[in-house]
Amino acid sequence: MTAVLPITVRDLSFRPGGRIVLDRLDATITSAGITALIGPNGAGKSVTLRIIDGLLQPDDGTIRFGNRLPQDVRRALVFQRPGLLRASIARNVALALVPWKLSRQAIAERVDQALVAVGLAHRADEAARRLSGGEQQRLALARAWVTEPELLLLDEPTASLDPGATEEIERLIVRMARNGTKVVLVSHNLGQVARLAEDIIVISRGQAVEHGPARRILSAPRSAEAQAYIKGELPWIAFSETRTACSQP
Amino acid sequence: MMQATVAETFAKLWTLDKEVLAIAWLSLRVSISAVVLGSAIGIPAGAVVAITTFPGRNGVTAVLNAFMGLPAVVVGLVVYLLLSRSGPLGTLGLLFTPTAMIFAQTILVTPLIAALTRQMIEDADRELGEQLRSMRLSVGQRARTLVVDARFSLVVAVLAAFGRAVSEVGAVLVVGGNIDGHTRTMTTAISLETQKGDLPLALSLGLVLMALVIVVNALASLLRSYAMRTYG
Amino acid sequence: MDRLFRNAHRVLTTLGLLLLAVSPSSAQAQRAITVASTTSTEQSGLFKHLLPKFTGSTGIEVKVVALGTGQALDIGRRGDADVVFVHDKEAEEKFVADGFGVKRHEVMYNDFVVVGPKSDPAGVAGKDIQAGLRRIAAVKAPFVSRGDRSGTHAAELRFWRDAGLNLAAIKGDWYKEIGQGMGPALNTASAASAYLLSDRGTWLVFKNRADLAILVEGDERMFNQYGVMLVNPARHPHVKAADGQRFVDWLVSGEGQKTIAEYRVNGEQLFFPNAGAAERL
Repeated sequence: MTAVLPITVRDLSFRPGGRIVLDRLDATITSAGITALIGPNGAGKSVTLRIIDGLLQPDDGTIRFGNRLPQDVRRALVFQRPGLLRASIARNVALALVPWKLSRQAIAERVDQALVAVGLAHRADEAARRLSGGEQQRLALARAWVTEPELLLLDEPTASLDPGATEEIERLIVRMARNGTKVVLVSHNLGQVARLAEDIIVISRGQAVEHGPARRILSAPRSAEAQAYIKGELPWIAFSETRTACSQP
Repeated sequence: MMQATVAETFAKLWTLDKEVLAIAWLSLRVSISAVVLGSAIGIPAGAVVAITTFPGRNGVTAVLNAFMGLPAVVVGLVVYLLLSRSGPLGTLGLLFTPTAMIFAQTILVTPLIAALTRQMIEDADRELGEQLRSMRLSVGQRARTLVVDARFSLVVAVLAAFGRAVSEVGAVLVVGGNIDGHTRTMTTAISLETQKGDLPLALSLGLVLMALVIVVNALASLLRSYAMRTYG
Repeated sequence: MDRLFRNAHRVLTTLGLLLLAVSPSSAQAQRAITVASTTSTEQSGLFKHLLPKFTGSTGIEVKVVALGTGQALDIGRRGDADVVFVHDKEAEEKFVADGFGVKRHEVMYNDFVVVGPKSDPAGVAGKDIQAGLRRIAAVKAPFVSRGDRSGTHAAELRFWRDAGLNLAAIKGDWYKEIGQGMGPALNTASAASAYLLSDRGTWLVFKNRADLAILVEGDERMFNQYGVMLVNPARHPHVKAADGQRFVDWLVSGEGQKTIAEYRVNGEQLFFPNAGAAERL
């Protein structure tokens, strides 16, 4: 896990069609636990996540992972809803291994392991598009699992799920973090952030306006934007213990 | 007079007149071959155009869409000039053969299949594209995945292309020559027999042709509902 | 099902190759020649009667591409046929003179007839084509013309001219040029109760007569001469000269001429063999 740290984001700018979405964003992630990106809609959280994943290319700026080049880092990105093929669950998970060019046997083994980990092994041959929302997200995590990512990026993974399914997904995320994967999570759900995150980056209007330990940010945000956002989202929550995702390296 | 015609028509069909069968088989052979070749070219081409960006992409899309409606006689004329002994490909000696007919119909259906594929894969890419790109699939891998995923819609497109091929008369008439026993298809035979005023034969061929088109369309909708039921 | 679709491209290619392989013709195992002729000749049914005899005698298959005379000659000029067999003496002689054909041989003749509504409103019935046409023009009776560069069309135009009528001047709504073959022309005439110049052969096999009947026949001027020519191998080296020449020779031979005379439609002889005495061996 430490192989990707620190994640250094310098001067990141993204200006699609002339619109300024990211404006010289700077951030340094050193924590081994789960890092959360929070902020109002349109702030640039999802874009930042996608640029860290490599799915989008920035117009300016750099990202480094330790002293490694981005293309050498194995990353997996989980969306709010997975794109599913008209095929079985197993086939959908195996999709993640297509670029790896493994033998059919090797693929089957890895897919099976991943499905066991997320609790879908007994349903491997069912049609993926018929799954419930929570089950689909478990499939999405199985896809991530099967590629053994060093960095797991999640974009509002439980936003469309009910509390029960949300809990299942959170448990899986924590498990992957404990196994050594660095996790960066975008979430609107501040209760979730409180439960899972070790540190929080607050993003507003294309810039990182605050970065610090989760507990502190949620209870005593310093920047005006952070205050406005958190108060708006959490006028009533009582802050509880942060579950630390990773023990000392 | 009409009654006698209808009676004769059904008699011909009932007894599976050898001539009718041979003509129908040629039509099938030519159009199926054309559609198979057209799909082998058109589906990959359409898929790649759908998911890549390159200079002139809009132009290519417009051209594909325009060529969807190529008049069959025009294709027939162009292929005739190409394959004629006095033409550039004359040494192949292909004019007035079923191969020439397959060649002409392939040119006819390939743009249609490519254009429809492009549209369907573009829609599929909208749904799945980001997911596939995030998993680092190459262009070829993405194209293949989307084509397989859109297979039911694509088969429907292919069946539509077959319907177009088997019903056209302009291209096969000009490049095939409507030679008795060699290049006479259902459509060219119908036009010939109608000209001769031999309506029972023309009608029985027409009914066979219609039945074929109906079966093909039924297959298309069965496929659609199977897909919905199985995969959601 | 899934695996089938995933291997679809393999299935498709195999199917495709199978289908093309199963094609019986294309790779001609048997000797064959291509003859360019006219739609009216084919529609008369002559070839179905004539060709099996030829193939039986010589083992050479004959593939007939049937179009209008103009198109048939055009195909010959391009070298897409080995033999041209049409009925337009002037055009045929020019074909040979221009070097596209080797030699013109007369083969047979059939005749034209004028058909029209049984009631004969223009009063043309009889044996005189020119008089008939003059009467049609006078009353502006509906008349259908093929208008398609065919031998029949060329003959029709000649008849109008020889009758002393300037078609361009007197044309009107009554004169319908349809640009198609004999069959469609008959269909149109039958539907419109119009007059029409037709070759006897197509008329005899035409089944959609409505109230049409033969009104003018037997005028010697309406005899329609057929000629056959081998496409010049000097011009188009790939032409099957030997086999093509055998067909030409057979048509003018005793056996060929006899076969032509024997062809009957509804008990009537349609074509009258008249190959030159020097030819008949």
